[in-house]
Amino acid sequence: MDIKKTPKKLNVKEKYRLMTRDLAWEPSYRDEKEIYPYVDYEGIKVHDWSKWEDPFRLTMDAYWKYQAEKERKYYAIIDAHAQNNGHLNVTDARYLTAIKLFLQSISPGEYASHRGFARVGREFAGVGPQVACQMQSIDEIRHAQTQVHAMSNYNKFYNGFKDFANQRDRIWYTSVARSFFDDAMSAGPFEFLIAIGFSFEYVLTNLLFVPFMSGAAYNGDMATCTFGFSAQSDEARHMTLGLECIKFMLEQDPDNIPIVQKWIDKWFWRGCRLLTLVAAMMDYMLPKRVMSWREAWNIYGVENGNALFRDLARYGIKPPMHWDDVEKSIDHTSHQIMLGLYQWKFGTAFHSWTPTASDIEWLKEKYPTTFEKYYLPRWEYAIAQKENGGEYNNFGLPKLCQTCQLPCLFTEPDDPTQLAHRETEYEGEKYHFCSDGCQHVFEQEPEKYVQAWLPMPSMMQEPLKGDLAAWMEWASLEPTASGEYANSEDKANFEKWRKQVSTD
Amino acid sequence: MQIDVQTVNIEQKNQTFSHLKKRFGDKKIPSRYQEASYDLQAEENLHYRPTWAPEQELYDPNLSKIRMNDWYDLKDPRQFYYSTYTLNRAKQQETMESNFKTVESLNLIEGMPDPVLAVAQDLLIPLRHANYAANMNNTLVCGYGYGTVFTQPCVYHAMDNLGIAQYLSRLGLMIGDVESLEAAKQDWMDSDAWQPLRRSLEDLMCVRDPVEVFIKQNFVLDGLLYPLVYQRIVDQNLVEQGGSGISILTQFMTNWYLESKRWVDSVIKTMASESAENKAVLEEWIDSAANHFTSVLLPVAGLAVAGNQADELVSEAHDELLQRAKKAGLFK
Amino acid sequence: MSKVFIILQANEETRSIVEAIEQDNPDAEVVHEPAMVKVQAEGHLVVRRETIEEEIGREFDMQELNINLITLSGNVDEDEDALTLTWNS
Repeated sequence: MDIKKTPKKLNVKEKYRLMTRDLAWEPSYRDEKEIYPYVDYEGIKVHDWSKWEDPFRLTMDAYWKYQAEKERKYYAIIDAHAQNNGHLNVTDARYLTAIKLFLQSISPGEYASHRGFARVGREFAGVGPQVACQMQSIDEIRHAQTQVHAMSNYNKFYNGFKDFANQRDRIWYTSVARSFFDDAMSAGPFEFLIAIGFSFEYVLTNLLFVPFMSGAAYNGDMATCTFGFSAQSDEARHMTLGLECIKFMLEQDPDNIPIVQKWIDKWFWRGCRLLTLVAAMMDYMLPKRVMSWREAWNIYGVENGNALFRDLARYGIKPPMHWDDVEKSIDHTSHQIMLGLYQWKFGTAFHSWTPTASDIEWLKEKYPTTFEKYYLPRWEYAIAQKENGGEYNNFGLPKLCQTCQLPCLFTEPDDPTQLAHRETEYEGEKYHFCSDGCQHVFEQEPEKYVQAWLPMPSMMQEPLKGDLAAWMEWASLEPTASGEYANSEDKANFEKWRKQVSTD
Repeated sequence: MQIDVQTVNIEQKNQTFSHLKKRFGDKKIPSRYQEASYDLQAEENLHYRPTWAPEQELYDPNLSKIRMNDWYDLKDPRQFYYSTYTLNRAKQQETMESNFKTVESLNLIEGMPDPVLAVAQDLLIPLRHANYAANMNNTLVCGYGYGTVFTQPCVYHAMDNLGIAQYLSRLGLMIGDVESLEAAKQDWMDSDAWQPLRRSLEDLMCVRDPVEVFIKQNFVLDGLLYPLVYQRIVDQNLVEQGGSGISILTQFMTNWYLESKRWVDSVIKTMASESAENKAVLEEWIDSAANHFTSVLLPVAGLAVAGNQADELVSEAHDELLQRAKKAGLFK
Repeated sequence: MSKVFIILQANEETRSIVEAIEQDNPDAEVVHEPAMVKVQAEGHLVVRRETIEEEIGREFDMQELNINLITLSGNVDEDEDALTLTWNS
């Protein structure tokens, strides 16, 4: 070869190919199957890994440069937030419930994604997806960490933040998110990528990070808004990875199509069930609202989702199986979840409340066909109980869905007056589900879902044996962090501090 | 109503999160490293067994022969979490960018003696494939290791290895355009000097014990390769022969090795001091791998220096490695 | 036809970028929401480096978009000169 040849100017695509694709080699001393033992067992056929299209072509130098800039901006904002008592800028302390739920449930999910993407970044047999997944892995640990750092300042002043690590593994509602990520991580590499990269990132994270974070800003929480938007800017890369991955699988072999379809069906449903918590956050926990869950769903679910599935139709992919059930549930789920959280508020490490008069007006306007008819009467009943010196609690333990782990509190898609409840018998045991979607997921892989750790039954077993107080201690459920917002220390402190800093 | 939130002084309820209080007490405010690293991985009530290996747990400390009572003892002395890691690398990246510009604008490659360029081509450019293997190996450790303080630096280390492979690729493009990379790949695949290393890396990519991979890749192989190639051959031999330009372009590698070996040594020291069993396992891995990789690197060194000097340089690197092992409490 | 979109953080740096996008996509619709700005269009949207450079009066690397990008929708094609978003239906 000719040393000192003047280098040609390479375009970005060619340069990126040389900097990543070209690094790998075809092993000849060992069999590929020994190096990539898990790449076949799901039945996905890949004939040519080099057909993988890299969506964003970031080499490490550019990655370090731009990510460092994002980090500098982010930490400047949360440092200022901490130094200037930024927590007192939030609209009111009800808002904190949303970010407590976020830290307890979503941040551990970010961490799980980090580990999961490291695994698939090692298990895929092509260097293109390897590098893309590794980059997502390092981004995801960023998200977990920036979230913990943002919450750290709130933890100094409010209840419900300090035990998130223990609560991640022990509380009933955090199990909803953890079972989702555990489910993805215990699946094979291709299914993991559909679960997180495609269904969660592409179809669903916009619903979590865009309108909710815009709402955080609107409610004066620049720390949360900033980690949200800063994270979502990485998600833009991740979503594109998810979409590229699905196109890659579909283009490699027609036999992959039914497998991918099955995963889309499953993970779309799993994701929508998980996001019912976000629905409650948006409709009930933001004191000032940017948009309703229904409006967010129309933009990021219906409009964007339809665009995506119209695009994928050319491969023979159909919209997810339970799409219609999700659509029918949108006007109901936030109310159902919030009523559930409210009646089990002795067992949540955040506060809940009954909607105020102005909340009720807003909910009526945003949910004209459902709120007043089905949910307002129940809220009014709870409000009346409170006014009579009572409290609206349900000390019966909820029956949890074997698949999504939410309490079975949802209604039939076509009859909002009927609680939905499904049962399947498997090897002599009866399993309960909140919906057709969750029952379907179970029946595809019963041997997996029978393993699910269900927080409620475990409370009845050794060593707790039904001792509610012992269980609450075990799950770090302190009375100061639970229960009615109106009676909470958080509310009293927030109002006291706000008074100290306010001048008429 | 006006709010002036900056003036008020209000009392804190909690100094820190409970899991950090349990570990470090609450006398001191925890560092951002501690907040970002300790107890982030799920510990119990994991829902499902992996479908890819049902005999394993989703996070499984038993994937390794090394046993730790608390994997969070393996802290990173650099205290890297994403932000500190990224800011550090961004700074180094800026220096490297200006190094590349300097070499380019002063035409340093053009003016370099041919034998120096030949060594750069034959020895350095094929190494980008070795960095790819190191990237994969560290990704495995991050994915399957136990406890965030041990696994988190491995994803950084994986990305660093990718970065190094890319710096080497840029060097190749500077000295011989795309043909440089093609020739280097040909060497990596076929030439006798590289086959023992390529074979060893393919073997290592089949190992599934995350700590074994960590030890053999980050301690043994890198602990021989970087002192041999970057500290001795590039920074001494090539510089003496008029190859300072090459040394400027491998500055990242030299500094990175010095920085990251503190971390690697500290992990080994902590594991070794945990138990006699750990110590025995580590000694067995290091002893066999050090001998093996020393012989593997001999023909690689031979690409740059004559036979007996290669022997000498390789055995110096081997001694240096064993010194590090001794300082970490092994082989005593 | 389906809508593609790009959402940027609302700040000084992105003002000019949004203006550049508007110039290159006369049919695009710009929606302002708290802390963010969304630019959407039917089927196709292009973000061009040259136009941004004219707006900001300095060199611009397309990858700088990452710093202020919140999210996007559509099939992505990025090279040194432009970022294109499309839906094929």
